[in-house]
Amino acid sequence: MPALCRDCLTEFETGRRCPACRSARVVAHDELRQLSIAHMDCDAFYASVEKRDNPELADKPVIIGGGRRGVVSTACYIARIQGVRSAMPMFKALDLCPNAVVVKPRMEAYVEASRAIRAMMEELTPAIQPLSLDEAFLDLTGTEKLHGHPPAVMLARLVRRMRDELGLTGSIGLSHNKFLAKIASDLDKPHGFAVIGRAETLEFLRDQPVRMIWGVGAATQEALDRAGIHTFSDLWRWDRQDLHLRFGSMGDRLWHLSRGEDTRRVTAHEPMKSVSNETTFHEDTGDPDLLDGHLWRMAEKVSDRAKAKQLAGRVVTLKLKRADFRLITRRQSLRDATQLADVIYRTGRQLFDQVGNQGPYRLIGVGLSDLCSEAEAERLGDLLDPDAAKRGRAERATDAIRARFGPDAIVKGRSLR
Amino acid sequence: MKLSIERGTLLKAVSQAQSVVERRNTIPILANVLIEAEGNTVQFRATDLDIEVVDRAPAMVERAGSTTVSAVTLHEIVRKLPDGALVTLTDDGAAGRLTVEAGRSNFNLATLPKEDFPVMASSEYSANFSAKAEVLRRLFDKSKFAISTEETRYYLNGVYMHVADGDGGQVLRCVATDGHRLARIDAPLPEGAGAMPGVIVPRKTVGELRKLLEEDDMDIAVSVSETKVRFATPDITLTSKVIDGTFPDYTRVIPQGNTRRMEVDATDFAKAVDRVATVSSERSRAVKMSLDEDRLILSVNAPDSGAAEEELAVAYSDERLEIGFNAKYLLEIASQVDRENAVFLFNSAGDPTLMREGNDETAVYVVMPMRV
Repeated sequence: MPALCRDCLTEFETGRRCPACRSARVVAHDELRQLSIAHMDCDAFYASVEKRDNPELADKPVIIGGGRRGVVSTACYIARIQGVRSAMPMFKALDLCPNAVVVKPRMEAYVEASRAIRAMMEELTPAIQPLSLDEAFLDLTGTEKLHGHPPAVMLARLVRRMRDELGLTGSIGLSHNKFLAKIASDLDKPHGFAVIGRAETLEFLRDQPVRMIWGVGAATQEALDRAGIHTFSDLWRWDRQDLHLRFGSMGDRLWHLSRGEDTRRVTAHEPMKSVSNETTFHEDTGDPDLLDGHLWRMAEKVSDRAKAKQLAGRVVTLKLKRADFRLITRRQSLRDATQLADVIYRTGRQLFDQVGNQGPYRLIGVGLSDLCSEAEAERLGDLLDPDAAKRGRAERATDAIRARFGPDAIVKGRSLR
Repeated sequence: MKLSIERGTLLKAVSQAQSVVERRNTIPILANVLIEAEGNTVQFRATDLDIEVVDRAPAMVERAGSTTVSAVTLHEIVRKLPDGALVTLTDDGAAGRLTVEAGRSNFNLATLPKEDFPVMASSEYSANFSAKAEVLRRLFDKSKFAISTEETRYYLNGVYMHVADGDGGQVLRCVATDGHRLARIDAPLPEGAGAMPGVIVPRKTVGELRKLLEEDDMDIAVSVSETKVRFATPDITLTSKVIDGTFPDYTRVIPQGNTRRMEVDATDFAKAVDRVATVSSERSRAVKMSLDEDRLILSVNAPDSGAAEEELAVAYSDERLEIGFNAKYLLEIASQVDRENAVFLFNSAGDPTLMREGNDETAVYVVMPMRV
């Protein structure tokens, strides 16, 4: 079985220790030389930076946090032994670990360390997708000839350089797609190197809990529990269509991911896919005037966000949740991309009228998708709606007034409903 | 029922029927064609509940009767039979099967009872007239490209056929628009059509109708009521519901005061537009027209993919003008011109542009410009 020494980077075939340096930090896997999608996750990043910069903290439990919200942002591994976790309220963390040293976050130091790591990663591949300051996906497919070594070696070298040159450690997850690479990086923490190969993918997933899937939060977890789905093997028993019917697009995702299938690419700039806004009412309502007012405000918010990001969209989506929690969604494609609240509202209104009166509703939402640059928007007029251009100009004028005199300087009557 | 029919005749009759049938059907009988044999004629009837087509063909009927079978399967079988074959259809009422025999081939198809087949209710037509196939073909062929596919404006999903006041009196007029371009085509008003109510003929019906209009000189019997329209040749009767909606007042849309006139050879123009549009990004396909004294420059500037420019000789004597259009819309209207030069009448870069063939006012196109 191909093996690699993570200390001296020697590649060898058999043995639990490195034949060259006798190190026991060895990673061995049948597919070690084939796999090329990786997830690198720094170990207790903020805390590690603090310990590096202040050696006195080295053997003390360190908690980063205490900013405005008073929660733990990062805890070092010593603090974690006492039960301290990220996102825990600070008072609770200090109950568990009274001798902890609480350090205020120094973002500029973390950003600098992150940049240095990023530069090292860029020497390996241009296909890097940072998820935050301290973790990123890397796709090293096809780089073996360039580097003269398979991806596994280059990744081991990356974390070794991070340790030697930056005094920071990270854990590598190596697999054949992003979903599994992210799971793998968590298996051997800290300073780990874990591999999930194609051959053992299903066997590995079989008894793992579904909450391992990114995007499965408390709400989805609860829905899955109700359906008797706890582990991946529970998901395997479901028909793809049934999953779709029950969980919508999430169902399709679950079907694929539960089989270890994930075709998402590692891309630096994940383009924004949609802009949307929704509101849950204080009490359910079926009042068309009230709903119309909400529809306008949602359209305006979506439009504001699209304008702020210089984006426009070609598909308008209306989302209504009935009092019995049943979700109704309708979408309409536009011939001409838009970022105007007027067009979003009118299209949403048409969709609303199509749905008919199925209320009362507890939620209304409006979305804009199939996004493009605002330069491509509002280029075509409508022969049958010659006033549209006028309304568009009025909206631009309104925006200009608001930019100067504040958001409430001028509002539409219908937004007061 | 037992009858024999020549393969070519059968194929023609069945193919019209099967194209009306919806591919995805929840009601099984709607996937079937109703075959009725009597005298020396066999009749094939198919429907999607909005359109009904009845196709008659001569046949040797040995035993009169009727049954229904899958339109698509029957069509596929007949299509694959050798040319000139004699096909025998035999319905064994008791077994619920239709046998299709030709030479050494033998097929056995499941049938459904003819009583279940929905026959479109006949209705009173308020106008009946006759028009040459050639005339109807022009009216619909030149307008159908502008039909909208937008479901929210369902009343634009067809061609508005109505009586209107043309230049030299009343005309039979077809109008279609999707809000970005519009086609208005006129023909002399046929005798008896004056009382016709304006109807919106759905897109699918326009497509089916086209198959009836191949022979220029054929007289087509047209019947129109508020809710239905019927087109008939001696062999085929096509009946369709019309779109229940009000077609917008298109007359306001057609620019009256456009004075900046450009005349260009339509074929050269279309080819040049097509060439420069090659580099434009697929979605917007915007082409800029820059007009100057007897000169037109077509250009595309797509930051992501590149740029293109082509110069054309045109007749233009007004002041300089720059105006953008969706290349697809330009190509579509230019391809309607087949005899004379294309004449464009512009106003400004933001106003609708009018196009016609020479000075022919019986076919007028309006297209909305695009910001470039």
